[in-house]
Amino acid sequence: MADSQRSTPLLDELKEGPWPSFVTQIEEMADEGKESCGQLLELLERSYNEKIGHWKHGGIVGVMGYGGGVIGRYSDVQDEYPAIAHFHTIRVNQPQGWFYTSDSLRTICDIWDRHGSGLTNMHGSTGDIILLGTTTDELEPTFAELTQNDFDLGGSGSDMRTPSCCVGPARCEWACYDTLALTQELTMHWQDELHRPAFPYKFKIKNSGCANDCVASIARADLSIIGTWRDQIRIDQDEVRACAENGMNIERDICGNCPTKCIEWDGNEMTIDDSNCVKCMHCINAMPKALRPGTDTGACILLGAKAPIVEGAQLSSVIVPFMKIEEPYDELKDLIERIWDFWGEHGKNRERVGELMQRVGLGNFLEEIEVEPVPQMVAYPRDNPYVFYEEYYEEDDEEDDEE
Amino acid sequence: MALERRTDIGPPDYKQFLPPIIKENYGKWKYHEELRPGVMVHVGESGDKLFTVRAGSPRLMGTKGIRRFADLAEKYCGGYMRFTSRHNAEFLLTEEANIDPLIADLAEVGHPVGGIGNAISSIVHTQGWVHCHSAATDASGVVKAVMDDLHEYFDGTTEVPGKLRIALACCLNMCGAVHCSDIAILGVHRRPPKIQHENMKKMCEIPNVVASCPTAAIRPAEVDGHPSVEIDEDLCMFCANCFSVCPALPMADALNDGISIWVGGKVSNARSEPTFSKLAIPFIENNPPRWPEVTEAVRKIVEVWVDGARKYERMGEFIERIGWPRFFELTGIEFEKEHIDDYKYAGLSFKRSAQIRQ
Repeated sequence: MADSQRSTPLLDELKEGPWPSFVTQIEEMADEGKESCGQLLELLERSYNEKIGHWKHGGIVGVMGYGGGVIGRYSDVQDEYPAIAHFHTIRVNQPQGWFYTSDSLRTICDIWDRHGSGLTNMHGSTGDIILLGTTTDELEPTFAELTQNDFDLGGSGSDMRTPSCCVGPARCEWACYDTLALTQELTMHWQDELHRPAFPYKFKIKNSGCANDCVASIARADLSIIGTWRDQIRIDQDEVRACAENGMNIERDICGNCPTKCIEWDGNEMTIDDSNCVKCMHCINAMPKALRPGTDTGACILLGAKAPIVEGAQLSSVIVPFMKIEEPYDELKDLIERIWDFWGEHGKNRERVGELMQRVGLGNFLEEIEVEPVPQMVAYPRDNPYVFYEEYYEEDDEEDDEE
Repeated sequence: MALERRTDIGPPDYKQFLPPIIKENYGKWKYHEELRPGVMVHVGESGDKLFTVRAGSPRLMGTKGIRRFADLAEKYCGGYMRFTSRHNAEFLLTEEANIDPLIADLAEVGHPVGGIGNAISSIVHTQGWVHCHSAATDASGVVKAVMDDLHEYFDGTTEVPGKLRIALACCLNMCGAVHCSDIAILGVHRRPPKIQHENMKKMCEIPNVVASCPTAAIRPAEVDGHPSVEIDEDLCMFCANCFSVCPALPMADALNDGISIWVGGKVSNARSEPTFSKLAIPFIENNPPRWPEVTEAVRKIVEVWVDGARKYERMGEFIERIGWPRFFELTGIEFEKEHIDDYKYAGLSFKRSAQIRQ
């Protein structure tokens, strides 16, 4: 083939073993005649020998009219590996829930075989289809073919990143709202914010249908929308008894694991003190035939998660304990726009919204986004007495302040 | 081609990719059961049954590999499949009789089936040396080595007490957001940036670089006639944020880069609240192609958990119950100065009681 002298003894060791090999995936594409893939293997072999990477910062590359969706990537040894001197990434907005037909997958493959390395990530960390490796000249033609086939680019840089969601009601009985419909609507509603970076930094939205949080929204998304309910867990007592008959130790494994100890089992009947249930999902996970979430469903809205860069990692924290999530989602959209307005005005360059919340204080932040503080927003009230009171009275102040 | 240029069309409507059985039972699923490792059935209120077969994938896939998935979806699933948030491929079947032949065909092309329920699922990971400018280690290679070693816990050959989620990020940027994983494998730099003074002015905005440092270790300075910066190396904690805004401050260094291992985080709210992973092993040298010291360390931690955890107990819940001293004792990991936090809010992690297992 093109690179018959290719020698990658270290990488070859990673073709062995039971787990599917990325080396085999790259090599197959090299054997199909993709010179870039052959040179990528050689460069990676070099990294394995030298224990260091060989990629440089991206430059500003993209498609006309968009500021995001393409990440420039250049090798730092371009003369030796000319086929991957430019090796840009294209992020393609995934279909919600990552559902595909064979035809749609082949369409993407056909486009990418024509215009790039043929390598992908299915999928990237944010959720996009990642097309891994092409040249600047191929960006517009790739984009044109993608859009002709109803695919569009995802986000990158300081924009709304591609929202993503769990499988939701498409294949999960625990989905407390339609994660796919909401994600599609938010993505379509904010195409400009997705494609043209105008924020202080990135803003990720992830939508999980229940507190199991299969898309890790509470850790990975600036805005985490996590399904929950506010009525009773539905109990099928016959199925509960069936679990016991099949050997489940309900007292230990269900009641004992309940974080608020709100479940009782008398050997015949299960009772739940729903007013004390925190909707953690453990009992429902463990007894999916016997227990189901309630029917008055919605979501808990949390804000601010991020990885360590810059000021340290954060989990999202509660800003709305419960919101109904129903079309046209105006309450949610208004909330998001109020957050973006305040962050856009006061956020520093490369300051995530979670860091802004820390810097100005959650209390002040809530005031600015017009959300009333409620005890559900804190694990416990402050335990230090340094309160920043904003006003004080003088002796001669009138009893009634001016309006 | 005189086609009209289309922009801002958004992703294709997902509804066209849903199999008929999903369209008919959308939002009306009643319950699901795990039939065997990697296979589950969802039963609708209608009584309809949808079978899912979950297969591991390397995440980094060529179009040839994707076409193989497409062919299998066509052969067994009416052309319908999906991917999961952990890079697994899921095949959606209505015919139970197709499960075995599908699994056999998947095995034929090298994709194991598993990762559902109480199991180790695929490792969420980043690009590493394959494609990233700030990587302190490779991603795909380490993942391949670790999963080769742990596949028995993926495919159900060896049972585990609960879910175990592993993630890998090749630097502190954490594109893989590993900070809430049962086991996190994290690439770390340990050498302060090597300043390219002659490149500073043309490649970087010095005020931005100064502002980027969370510990204020960077100051403007003129060096050899070049406007540049100087770095107080004692204040550097190797976050690489300065490198993110300035290519003239490379962090990668073959002698000092490597891997750290973190444990006990989770994102699910089940039982205990979501929590960060905590440091188990500060540093292991990069040892490609198979990183044996990393695979061995991960296996040891997994085995301690498998042996000691109660049913459903995640890594962090298990450690919380037995205590961190016992975790270090059981794993044989040495407790060092680096294990003690010294950044913001560090005091919150100090032991502030006399409740100690003596």
